Amino acid sequence: MTSAHSKLYSDDVSLVVVVVDTNPFFWAAAALPFADFFANLVHFVNSLLLLNHLNRVVVIAAGVSSCAYIFDSNDASPSGGVGVMATFDKASRKVEEFIAQDARATAGNSSVASANAASLLSGALSLALCYIQRIFRSGTRHPQPRILCLQGSPDGPEQYVAVMNSIFSAQRSMVPIDSCIVGTQDSAFLQQASYITGGVYLKPQELNGLFQYLAAVFATDLHSRTFLRLPKTLGVDFRASCFCHKKTIDMGYVCSVCLSIFCKNQKKCSTCGSEFSRVMPDLNSMPDQSK
Amino acid sequence: MGSMTIGAKYKTTLKDPGTPGVLRMNDDRLTFTPNDPRSAMKLNVDFRSIKGHKFNKVDGNKPALLNLSKDSDKGGGYMFEFDNVGNRDLCRDFVARVLGKHQGVVPPRPTAAPENSVASAGLEQLSAAEVERRVKLLREDSELQKLHKKFVLGNILQESEFWATRKNLLDDQANKASKQRPGFKTAMSDVRPSADGRTNKVTFNLTTEMIHQIFAEKPAVRRAFLDFVPKKLTDKEFWTKYCRAEYLLRTKNTAAATAEAAEDEELAVFLKNDDILAKEAKLKIKQVDPTLDMEADAGDDYIHLPDHGILRDGSKETLDTDSELAKRTLSQDLNRHAAVVLEGIASDVELTDAKSVAEALARSKKEPPSTSVDDSSHERLVKVARMTEIEDLQAPRSVPYAPLCIKDPREYFDSQQANALRSLGGSNDGRKARSCSLSTEEAFHHLTDQISSIKVNKLNYPVIQSDMALKVLNELNEGISRSRRLNLKNPQEGLLGRVPQHTQDELMDHWTAIQELLRHFWSSYPITNAVLYNKVQRVKDAMTQIYQKLQAIKESAQPDVRHEISRLVKPMTQALDAAFSHDLEQQQKSAKAGNKPNGF
Repeated sequence: MTSAHSKLYSDDVSLVVVVVDTNPFFWAAAALPFADFFANLVHFVNSLLLLNHLNRVVVIAAGVSSCAYIFDSNDASPSGGVGVMATFDKASRKVEEFIAQDARATAGNSSVASANAASLLSGALSLALCYIQRIFRSGTRHPQPRILCLQGSPDGPEQYVAVMNSIFSAQRSMVPIDSCIVGTQDSAFLQQASYITGGVYLKPQELNGLFQYLAAVFATDLHSRTFLRLPKTLGVDFRASCFCHKKTIDMGYVCSVCLSIFCKNQKKCSTCGSEFSRVMPDLNSMPDQSK
Repeated sequence: MGSMTIGAKYKTTLKDPGTPGVLRMNDDRLTFTPNDPRSAMKLNVDFRSIKGHKFNKVDGNKPALLNLSKDSDKGGGYMFEFDNVGNRDLCRDFVARVLGKHQGVVPPRPTAAPENSVASAGLEQLSAAEVERRVKLLREDSELQKLHKKFVLGNILQESEFWATRKNLLDDQANKASKQRPGFKTAMSDVRPSADGRTNKVTFNLTTEMIHQIFAEKPAVRRAFLDFVPKKLTDKEFWTKYCRAEYLLRTKNTAAATAEAAEDEELAVFLKNDDILAKEAKLKIKQVDPTLDMEADAGDDYIHLPDHGILRDGSKETLDTDSELAKRTLSQDLNRHAAVVLEGIASDVELTDAKSVAEALARSKKEPPSTSVDDSSHERLVKVARMTEIEDLQAPRSVPYAPLCIKDPREYFDSQQANALRSLGGSNDGRKARSCSLSTEEAFHHLTDQISSIKVNKLNYPVIQSDMALKVLNELNEGISRSRRLNLKNPQEGLLGRVPQHTQDELMDHWTAIQELLRHFWSSYPITNAVLYNKVQRVKDAMTQIYQKLQAIKESAQPDVRHEISRLVKPMTQALDAAFSHDLEQQQKSAKAGNKPNGF
């Protein structure tokens, strides 16, 4: 009986974890001012909460040095009532706190000094997944979770492994990762994330209409999505690049130890250092055997 | 399949000396014409009446025989004797193929091309079960059969090459059957005297194979052979002495053995314990867990006691430590044989004459580098320490491994991102990032300002203008219908579905053929010998033919599906082009370096 009950619940009750990029370097140069972006976000969060009174929304800020929860609809309105102003007040206060804290952390961190530092997407995704896991374990009835990433700054390649791990764990727990790019560059990470987890990847052209995009594409719950025709990614390039010349190749050599890809035969794997001891006989030194 | 003409002797019975003549075979008939035109032994037989064929194992001086039986139950048939095994095997293969064709089963075509026989002979001795398994696989998998017919019977690939890439299929089958293959025969019991009972003469029969075994298991005999044979003794004398020594040992005639050994120093070699084996054994004992006291343990068994022992050759074998003459016990022999089997025997040794066998074995058995006394005692100490340590209290011994270290992930993923961007057609129009030259503090300051402005201005209503909302909706709509038009979900399926059925089948056939050929092509590189060279040439010719066929398909296609077909054919031709250009490159390279006019 309990399971049947929970099924009814989870059909159209959503737990949306919104990951917001608060990279100061990006927002300082962005076409859309952060203030406007934030207003759009607050309205979107409120829309989600209004769609179903059991919906839950969590907002996580991904800075350059730290990540934090900046909004949780559960402790904002335990009574179930939703007020735009309440959300706004709470969120803006938390964002301010978070940014001050991130600034302090960045100041003491010399590695983030460069202006093209990436936001901590991997950390934010991990926080989101942890939150979702907590909800999963907290009772028999749980809402359908999904993650929405609002990213502006470019990807941080050094986070690749961590991001990929997050993506795969999201896939395992069947949490779709939706992505909405508010910056100038497409994100390879989020493209893959959305592709692998079955989420929606979107890069809006008109950033001033961000709310419209969010409401039209990302607001519907997972159950309703099956009836909708949502934007599709125009294609994910699955071809691999070789590690030696960064060329996209169709056919190449793969290290048997670490699976690094090379376009030419290597004596030694430049990634993990394994030596390929198979002796390739020199053709020219071979005796003439074709007679 | 052609025909075959070969000189042979026709025999009516096994004892019959045979009528020399010429054996001609083609796909349907075999004819035998005696050299002597007066002879009545003419034959003209339809292959359909032949039900099976048998051949003998050629050993020593026995003639190479091939028996074509008319009916496998009744045993009637035709027997031919050949000058040598090679001719016989050629005939046998031919007959097997013809019979296979007539009986609707295609038996594997043993590597018959003369230029390959050197390399492939001995590599694959097909057992009947193996052949059966292959035929069964072919029968079950029509696609495989198609490929087999196309390539193996079309002379593009050899039987063994074709199956080499499908070992897993065969193995799956083989799992059901026993996997054990006949091992190396032992020299323990083969050299056995046979007495005729009337005289005191004892006869030993030695074959090359047995000599091979003796050499492998008794290194001292091998050494003695290499030392003595051409200089001091003839081949025959050597083996006579060996057999005599064997006989003495076997009859346990200790007194006679001692006497003989005193007289004949060469004979004594065989009677003594094998010192090479003793040395090896000593080395091995050193590697044994040093906490094990083998000498003390030796007292625990009963074999050395009188009336205890293993029954062998009808008598109890007991350990007699008094005599310095060799006393090999059964367990020693067994152990030695097991060691030889485990070491493996070089299969490339041709069993021609004893001398070359002995030399080849001696070459393969290189003396291990003798370690100095200090070194070995140190090693022993280390071993003792390792054995006596209390495992729980030790840190885990580090297993040697190559540490995995990704040097700079950024280097790789930067390029990945660029690729991803390129593939999306660079839709970053009009929103070029303004060059950001702000310091960290300035950037954060800007962000804080933004937030303060939010707090001051509160939220603006409405959050979105209606014209902007319409624009967005139009854009989304357009994107969705565009992606629908492109049928992004499964473009391949759509493509193939639009092509007529027979073209579809043809293309799929070509695909499987190309895949098979390419697999063989690329696995042949680098070309190290003539066999591989020939294989590549054959495969290349076949690929050229398919290439032309693909072009023909493309050109003869109906205009309405021509575009689809060319899109389907493109990856095939690309893969073939890659192979051709690699081949050309290799040829140029070797031509440049070696200046060989034939390009190899």
